[in-house]
Amino acid sequence: MTDTIIIGGGHNGLVCAAYLAKAGHKVTVLEARDKVGGAAVTREFAPGFKVSACAHLLYLLDEGIQKELALASHGLSMAATDLATMAMDEQGQHIRISGARIEGANVTDADQAAMTEYHRYMSRFAAVLGGLNNRVPPRLGTSTGKDLRSLARLGWNIRKMGKHDMRDFLRITGINVYDVLQEEFDNELLKGALSVDGVLGSFLGTRSNNSVFCALHRMSQGGRYSLPEGGMGAVSNAIAAAATQYGAEIRTSSPVKRLLLDFDQVSGVELENGEQLMAKTVVSSADPKTTFNQLLGPQHLEAGFANKIKHLRSRGCVAKLHLALDSLPVFTGLGETQSGNRLLIAPSMNYVERAFNHAKYGEYSEHPVIEITLPSIHDDSVAPQGQHVLSANVQWAPTDLKMGWAEAKHGFTEAVIDVIARYAPDIRSSILHTEMLTPEDIEQQFLIGGGHWHHVELAMDQFLMMRPVPGAAQYASPVDGLWLCGAGSHPGGGVMGCAGRNAANAILKTNRG
Amino acid sequence: MRTVRFDSRDHYRNKVYPSPFHSRQKELNGLKEWSRWFDYLSVPAYTCPTMEYFSGRNTCGVFDITPMVKHLVSGPDALAYMNRLVTRDVAKIKPGRVGYAVWCTDEGQVIDDGTIFHLREGVYRLCSQEHQIDWMMINANGFDVNIIEDTHDVAGLALQGPTSCATLKRMGLTGIEDLTPFGLRYFDLDGIELMVSRTGYTGDLGYELWIDAGYAELLWDRVFAAGELHQIQPMGSDALEMLRIEAGFILAGADFMPAQHTVRPTHTRSPFELGLGWLVDFKKPVFNGRRALLAEKENGSRYALVKLDIEGNKPADSSYVYSSTNKNIGWITSAMWSPSAKKNIALATVETPHGAVGEEMLVEIYYQRELKWSRVKAKARVVKDAFFDPPRRRQTPPADW
Amino acid sequence: MKKYDAIVIGAGHNGLTNAAYLAKAGMNVLMVEKNEYIGGATVSRNLHEDWIYSNCSYVCSLLRPEVYRSLDLAKYGLQVVPYGGSVTISQNDDYLASYVDHDASRREMQRHSHRDADAEARYWRDIMRQCRFIRQFLLRTAPDPTSFKPRDLLEMLHLGKEFWKLGEDVLYDTIRFYTMSISDFLDEYFESPLIKAAHAGSGIIGSAMGVMSPGTAYVLLHHAMGDVDGTAGAWGFARGGMGAISKAMGACFEDNGGEILTGSGVEQIMVKNGKVTGVALENGNEYHSDIVVSNMTLPRTFLECMDANDLQPEFLKRVRNFKIRGSSGKLNIALDGLPKITALRDNQEMMHADIHLIDSIERLERAYDDWKDGTWSKDPYIDMIIPTMTDPTMAPPGKHFMSVFVQYVPPKIHGRDWTDADRDAFGETVMNQIENYAPGFKDLVLHAEVRTPRELEDEVGLTEGNIFQGELTMDQLMFNRPIPGYAQYRGPVKGLWMCGSSNHPGGGVMAAPGANAAREILMDQRKPNNVPEGWIDD
Repeated sequence: MTDTIIIGGGHNGLVCAAYLAKAGHKVTVLEARDKVGGAAVTREFAPGFKVSACAHLLYLLDEGIQKELALASHGLSMAATDLATMAMDEQGQHIRISGARIEGANVTDADQAAMTEYHRYMSRFAAVLGGLNNRVPPRLGTSTGKDLRSLARLGWNIRKMGKHDMRDFLRITGINVYDVLQEEFDNELLKGALSVDGVLGSFLGTRSNNSVFCALHRMSQGGRYSLPEGGMGAVSNAIAAAATQYGAEIRTSSPVKRLLLDFDQVSGVELENGEQLMAKTVVSSADPKTTFNQLLGPQHLEAGFANKIKHLRSRGCVAKLHLALDSLPVFTGLGETQSGNRLLIAPSMNYVERAFNHAKYGEYSEHPVIEITLPSIHDDSVAPQGQHVLSANVQWAPTDLKMGWAEAKHGFTEAVIDVIARYAPDIRSSILHTEMLTPEDIEQQFLIGGGHWHHVELAMDQFLMMRPVPGAAQYASPVDGLWLCGAGSHPGGGVMGCAGRNAANAILKTNRG
Repeated sequence: MRTVRFDSRDHYRNKVYPSPFHSRQKELNGLKEWSRWFDYLSVPAYTCPTMEYFSGRNTCGVFDITPMVKHLVSGPDALAYMNRLVTRDVAKIKPGRVGYAVWCTDEGQVIDDGTIFHLREGVYRLCSQEHQIDWMMINANGFDVNIIEDTHDVAGLALQGPTSCATLKRMGLTGIEDLTPFGLRYFDLDGIELMVSRTGYTGDLGYELWIDAGYAELLWDRVFAAGELHQIQPMGSDALEMLRIEAGFILAGADFMPAQHTVRPTHTRSPFELGLGWLVDFKKPVFNGRRALLAEKENGSRYALVKLDIEGNKPADSSYVYSSTNKNIGWITSAMWSPSAKKNIALATVETPHGAVGEEMLVEIYYQRELKWSRVKAKARVVKDAFFDPPRRRQTPPADW
Repeated sequence: MKKYDAIVIGAGHNGLTNAAYLAKAGMNVLMVEKNEYIGGATVSRNLHEDWIYSNCSYVCSLLRPEVYRSLDLAKYGLQVVPYGGSVTISQNDDYLASYVDHDASRREMQRHSHRDADAEARYWRDIMRQCRFIRQFLLRTAPDPTSFKPRDLLEMLHLGKEFWKLGEDVLYDTIRFYTMSISDFLDEYFESPLIKAAHAGSGIIGSAMGVMSPGTAYVLLHHAMGDVDGTAGAWGFARGGMGAISKAMGACFEDNGGEILTGSGVEQIMVKNGKVTGVALENGNEYHSDIVVSNMTLPRTFLECMDANDLQPEFLKRVRNFKIRGSSGKLNIALDGLPKITALRDNQEMMHADIHLIDSIERLERAYDDWKDGTWSKDPYIDMIIPTMTDPTMAPPGKHFMSVFVQYVPPKIHGRDWTDADRDAFGETVMNQIENYAPGFKDLVLHAEVRTPRELEDEVGLTEGNIFQGELTMDQLMFNRPIPGYAQYRGPVKGLWMCGSSNHPGGGVMAAPGANAAREILMDQRKPNNVPEGWIDD
């Protein structure tokens, strides 16, 4: 019998497994699909063309985890690091954003000065939030020393920023990127691109409060974009290798049907094939709704808690476009060397906001925000010689589309390619194969209820000691023996690994007594 | 036919609705005073509250309980649903039986109390003081159950007092005398199904009669016709209030605040704090409040609800309660002079560790004699049992008087 | 040269409150007002024959009872009368009425959703929890969290304690409440679109956010935290129109020796050697005092009435970035008779009520989309009320005054200023919207005053037409209001004070900023405090 079962071999499940195994636990990871990785996975979508099928850029993966699990020795290497962001302009007057540096035809000194200041304080605020990423969130309203110390530390970290920055931190964290960027910048293209940091992967527009918070989350591990050699699957494979080395057993093609209960306590799991595996501790890296509503069943929870889970906001809103191309697409005004960067189609904040408007009413954006990468420029392993892969996040495309995705998918795909073609006019002629993953596809293929990147919306009311919901925010669920370790837990999604590690730490601490 | 129809577009013309028994109540309501109980007109007293009270203790009194909020729970998961909802083990309430229950929030705070009627195998009626459909629907998540609130479709009469069984026998309800306390049975009343439960809110021999709202008048007439020889009387809510205090029964909104209505979070109460720990069954798995109540059992409760026997005869409504060392430890929630026990009685909330049976306390009573106010600190003692608890309440078959 | 103890600029209700407390403390106070009349946005105007219009603010609930009482406003003629409920009209010829009677309201909700009717109890419990929490901070100065002064530390401690006292579960609820959108918040309680729409309106009134914008749940609170005679969340009319409030305040001020000068606005707040010396009016007159209190909006005070050289660039940048976008417009209409709202049929009781023309979250949000695009909502949210159903003093018998509050209306049209043609077209949009619900309505209109943000700014001085003198978002609340470091009513120049709704706790006819500023000034002057503090009625 194993000590611990981990449901889901996504990166957080694997990280959790690795840390538990490292500490001597007997761990079994159960992955539903035929290979590990979850949403951090590389797969072939056309003969010879491989792509990071869901997450496609690495910018949050915790350095501590990389080091402690020696991921490099397990085969993780970067095909490219420190990718710049190109704010794409239809006429080719792009702006290159690299850290605090911006370059482009229409960039003024004032823009650069504003960017320097913006980048300075956003990085600083992000670091304060990032400081929380590796901690089990405290509870509020208690009088235990641990919680109070944790809050005091947060308070002190805010306070020690000094009067000026502390004031700004308290002022802007709760509001929206539109207002903040309006204060600092005049350049519409620049504002458009920067505003995307606040809304990418979220059900928020630029004017929606919470978006500054999301931008800070995106920057909370430094905010530098990398492409792993071999795609995002390489990250998962390296973590899996580490976990295996520490003695964890990883079983693929083992979808879990339900959790088993002994009276009031989790005692194991039953697989779809009927096999039952027993363990005192079961850790779920599945999203909270799947964990509690599908695997456990709300009837085994107290009703108030079950109701909170029911009302979690987890509407996915990003679609993923994969193009197999027989030549490198030419973007107007963009040299070949620059095409390997993170290309952002978000020409103004109003463009972004209008794209979002549709999502509110269950429609997809006709003119969406698009984040493009061409990994094959950096990585020969993902496409045949001379040919290329385009991977794009497309937003907004809500899971619960009113007209239904079956009917809408084709039109949507065409609309997205049309938008890309405004920037790369000849792209259509080089398309060999097209794959569009709607949030509904993402939901089904990556087994994320709602198809949301972060499992549950990243928002201040679903963050820290309220993520996913109070009562389960310290990784322990209200059901004894059941723990959470996925993106639905603090500190949320993105290929970061912190939720997995924090969960492991919380489990180890409890088991030590 | 139900009397309450607020799905119609002219609903606003009615601020309150007649009960299905209204025509009969109106005839008998000598004081011509009406009060409101949710959607219905209710009678505070027909002629004299005290005389009506004595009908409940001496002969039998009839009280209209139609406005009680009623829910019907059925479906394959009905039992599992009920068991997760309330703190007691509903599996122990067999078909044809009734059980008193409380239900709590996750925090273990009482939302309401009520009675569960196991009408037929797997079909339950939950009768409550407050509206519960919101919480009951929240609870339905994950269960295969049907829940409807059928308050207005079912008319109810409480027939309470020593001659109540005799009245029902005379009404032709053959075998009613075999019905044990908290039992329920179906009878045929001129081809109409009548459900009778041996339940009540008076702590005495008594029954509750339930029928389709369209046949309410028929029921009323038959009960009164049969009861004539048994000194039957209509009874108003004033009398009922006296009867329930004497029985030591608590009332939502008076002796505790329902958690869904309580703005100040610390003003709610757990079952233990209401003296209802016996309704909490930790031997069953998950139910709402289980974790919190387990913790409370371990760490202790904040309050205790106690029955007080107070010296003197001055009713102790709205009074403070002090410890024997004069420390303010709580307050009175319901109080009256008990005509049957001949005692000055009250229900009170006190801070723990106070509240042990036999503990002496002081009650600060403000009272008025011919418009002059005075104050007395009366001695009081915590008692265990109901203030008035006649053996006939449990006796089966009951005597005819 | 006569020198006053204090000069208060702007005879709106906050200015008058402030001035009245200072005068009551024995100070020699001058009130200057640009309009010929006092009241600011709390006025009763006679703009058509025998009609009295509450042409800006139109209902009363937030006015702090502590201020009402301590300024003895009843003695000076103020009478607040509650009105009967509210009603939300749907396009499919139905409505949701909210009656004063609890059970009647529950039955009415039950018509639309049985479950929601019951969930309403849980909803109000949670709203009231938040109201109880916030109310105690309305008549208190917010602490500066970056300060190490004993006073700020103690106040922070107090705030923290009160917060902690809520208990773990309510603490989480509170954070969620402050950060959620009203739409998401309502989803946790209700299922009926009409019931949600009826509740959601309060979350966006006066706000430059949509019902789906996180942070709107707080705005709802801002509308729920008032009361009339202890009935929390209730609203009423000031008898004689909203001007009755400012009139009573003015009378109180003058009764305590105050002097009011109307008809000339401030040209310049005069500063010498880093200290305030007085004000120069547009008519050329100068008045002197070491204390000048501005009840004007933040931008008006610092960008229009002060010399930039007297201020720090960093401070000016903050002022320029102060968010004060208007989002509402108003029609004030004299009616020949009572309009007939088709959906109501003969439920005339609801003609006394606050009438909302909306029926879904989506329509509300789409109305906001228009605002973002720089135009008024083509399908606007309308909150209209006929005070003359309750107040016999405002129109001839049988005739009516109707106040129509409209959202959304942008401060600028596609980036340019409003024109008269825009204003007329906007008025027409609103009239047509009402006509849709009440055919024949237009024929009853005898006179209509159409007010866009332009009119609000020009006449009342509310920058960009924002009715709260600054948006109520997290970055502009409590110690962040109006701007961090200046949340304690003290301006950046010695002797300069701020008492308008730009300051904590914000807008609405509440009188709290004016009172709080007075308390601070008196403390600064080492005079005994006569301003009520906190909230004791629990």
